Amino acid sequence: MGLTASSVGSRAIDSHSMLRRNPNERVIALAGNPNVGKSTIFNALTGMHQHTGNWAGKTVTNAAGRFHTKQNDYLLVDIPGTYSLFAHSPEEEVARNFICFGEVDAVVIVCDASRIERNLHLVLQIIECGIPVVVCVNLMDEARRKKISLDLDLLSKRLGVPVVGSVAKKKRTLKHLCEALDTAIGTKQTPSKAPIPYPDVIERALAIPEEILDSMPIGNLESRWLALRLLDCDCSLRKELKAYLGSTVLDDNRLAAALAEAHEILSEHAVNREVLQDLLVSSALAETKKICRDAVVCKDSSYSKLDRRLDWIFTGKRTAYPIMLLLLAFIFWLTVSASNVPSEWLSKGGFWLLEKLAIALRAIDTPIWLQGILIDGILRVPIWVISVMLPPMAIFFPLFTLLEDAGYLPRVAYNLDRPFHRCNACGKQALTMCMGFGCNAAGVVGCRIIDSPRERLLAILTNSFVPCNGRFPALIAVLTMFCIGVSGGMLSSLSSAFLLTLLILFAVLITFAATKLLSVSLLKGEASSFTLELPSFRAPQVGKVLVRSIFDRTVFVLGRAIAVAVPAGLAIWLLANVTVGDVTLLSHAASFLDPLARPMGLDGVILLAFILGFPANEIVIPLMLMAYQSNGVLTEIPSLATTKELLVANGWTWTTAVCVLVFFLFHWPCSTTLLTIKKETGSLKWTLVAAILPTLIGATMCIIFTAIVNFMA
Amino acid sequence: MTTKRIKLCELAVGDLAEVCTLLNRRAIRRRLQDLGLVEDTVVECIGKSPGGGMSAYLIRGAVIALRDEDAALVLVTPQETGGAQWD
Repeated sequence: MGLTASSVGSRAIDSHSMLRRNPNERVIALAGNPNVGKSTIFNALTGMHQHTGNWAGKTVTNAAGRFHTKQNDYLLVDIPGTYSLFAHSPEEEVARNFICFGEVDAVVIVCDASRIERNLHLVLQIIECGIPVVVCVNLMDEARRKKISLDLDLLSKRLGVPVVGSVAKKKRTLKHLCEALDTAIGTKQTPSKAPIPYPDVIERALAIPEEILDSMPIGNLESRWLALRLLDCDCSLRKELKAYLGSTVLDDNRLAAALAEAHEILSEHAVNREVLQDLLVSSALAETKKICRDAVVCKDSSYSKLDRRLDWIFTGKRTAYPIMLLLLAFIFWLTVSASNVPSEWLSKGGFWLLEKLAIALRAIDTPIWLQGILIDGILRVPIWVISVMLPPMAIFFPLFTLLEDAGYLPRVAYNLDRPFHRCNACGKQALTMCMGFGCNAAGVVGCRIIDSPRERLLAILTNSFVPCNGRFPALIAVLTMFCIGVSGGMLSSLSSAFLLTLLILFAVLITFAATKLLSVSLLKGEASSFTLELPSFRAPQVGKVLVRSIFDRTVFVLGRAIAVAVPAGLAIWLLANVTVGDVTLLSHAASFLDPLARPMGLDGVILLAFILGFPANEIVIPLMLMAYQSNGVLTEIPSLATTKELLVANGWTWTTAVCVLVFFLFHWPCSTTLLTIKKETGSLKWTLVAAILPTLIGATMCIIFTAIVNFMA
Repeated sequence: MTTKRIKLCELAVGDLAEVCTLLNRRAIRRRLQDLGLVEDTVVECIGKSPGGGMSAYLIRGAVIALRDEDAALVLVTPQETGGAQWD
């Protein structure tokens, strides 16, 4: 299937022993159900800026960070959220393996105060592993608002482990967590041996292998826990156990005999594997209920009236889709209309600087070729990239992050499940598609939240069908120039946003079509089960979102674009200025590509720009302009009006514009995305499919469109 | 209380029910159990996806959306009136 265990990221975990800098540093795993604010706690403790979002499966890779208390140095590892230690997805397997075999010194389990009973299931499972545990009951403020009262001392007494409350957004509330951690490490307390009492027959069967295991070298594992797992024969776990213990323990004759005897006792009481699993889970859940009795008092249902009302609007039959479309259009409109002015300032400022620099260079008698390389080659393209890219990104990313923070994205997946289901795909693909709007490479990594390997591949291969942030500004520019007019104003930005929304809908539609195509051809199969948690709506932390999304995402993406813009600018300058037999290399290359590009309604220069823009889509339009300009047409500051003139002078018509838009949506993914796909799938074949499929679809559409237009004319 | 058993996906919005059994299908069985769908758990159907094919349930304090074909594996006994989720 192409997806191997090594490609889905346990590497971060494997390397944790290297991370441990000094022998005094303690390794702490940060565990918890999805959506309990783990990442926020991680960030608050370590001072790192891991992106947090309000939906299940946010942590797709394992982040590690350090922090210190009065007594100890800690290495904190944030592991993916999971409901239980019985792994279903590679992501959950990572969580389980790290807790069970990661040789951690302690586990901090984060719980959601308003759903403590359901969270305790995981707590009991981890305690059962015999690892020191500190329970951190997070979101205490939210619980208070929902009129849920918690007796943490009573919980702590019943669980036999320290329990502290916190409000992760308020850093000082984490003081108690640090103290509890110091105490837990200092006293080396191990929690009670049997936190979950099982029915008599299981206890009797369990005792037989447990006794044998007690006398065997089983490392840090708890013999009761190990006996249970061996009785349960969890296949994926067995592999890990073999790796951890070596074959001498698992193949031991006495152990095999003990297990056989235990199974005999179970089958005497008609406890087969299925019944055993049921009993294990229901015993644990019965225990969580017992623990919560009187310790957790809840006046209303924990699903608040406000959530109910918001869900009624955001997922209602009549309102869900109009609201989704309006939100999308609104975000685009804000992005389009608010980024015009700063874009213009940036480009004016940039070109003014460039001009001054050119004068200075001439004044000190720099050779002409060097002036050319520096000014027209290396510096011009980055300035274009910054002025075209920075404003829309600085507006789009925060807006998108706000939606993500508020908990809207899972609702999108919920609303859009039907079409994905029809394509035999996973509903979570809607989430990875949304991530793709930000950056396709991030979207591809995000596909790890999808459990089934087949459905994950579907999502990975079709991720680049939705345009990422690097392509939006180009799409907006072409749309504005050729479909709306360059006069500007409110009406123009409204219609740009409207057309862009239509374009995105088209891209989403093609995503469905491509997913369906793959699921009936290369990736045949039935849809597997799909469960999705709809978290409480939370008021996003606006200030933090603004700062973080601008600094972390925008600067990162822009930095990458500039890093490739410099060599690309140099390359195109060289192409435009090195001549072979009186003709520039650029003209050679363009005329070489021209016959290929014409049937698609493009020209050689456009295709060349797409090819040179392989490292980053952001630079395609600037490269195009530069190539056209090098033929000596215009040298002034590019505004949309002059740009359009330049393009029209080079033979652009509205057909060209439509074909460029289509090809922008559907062509090979950028190099970063392809590298990520290679890494995630571990297969060259699937990487090639990911590059060829959208290119074929885009080229076909362009060819058909051009043929129709030519036929009509 | 009636003893009639229906599939979880047959609940209408606002209905409460108690889980009786999970029908046997290995892969999803444990996943549903991990979500808290075990015998005696009270669940409430709180919404249907506007596109259809999925419903959202309040299960032990969390809202979980399930595809109808998966929810069909859970047999429940409908409850007459709304009881408290946490007793």
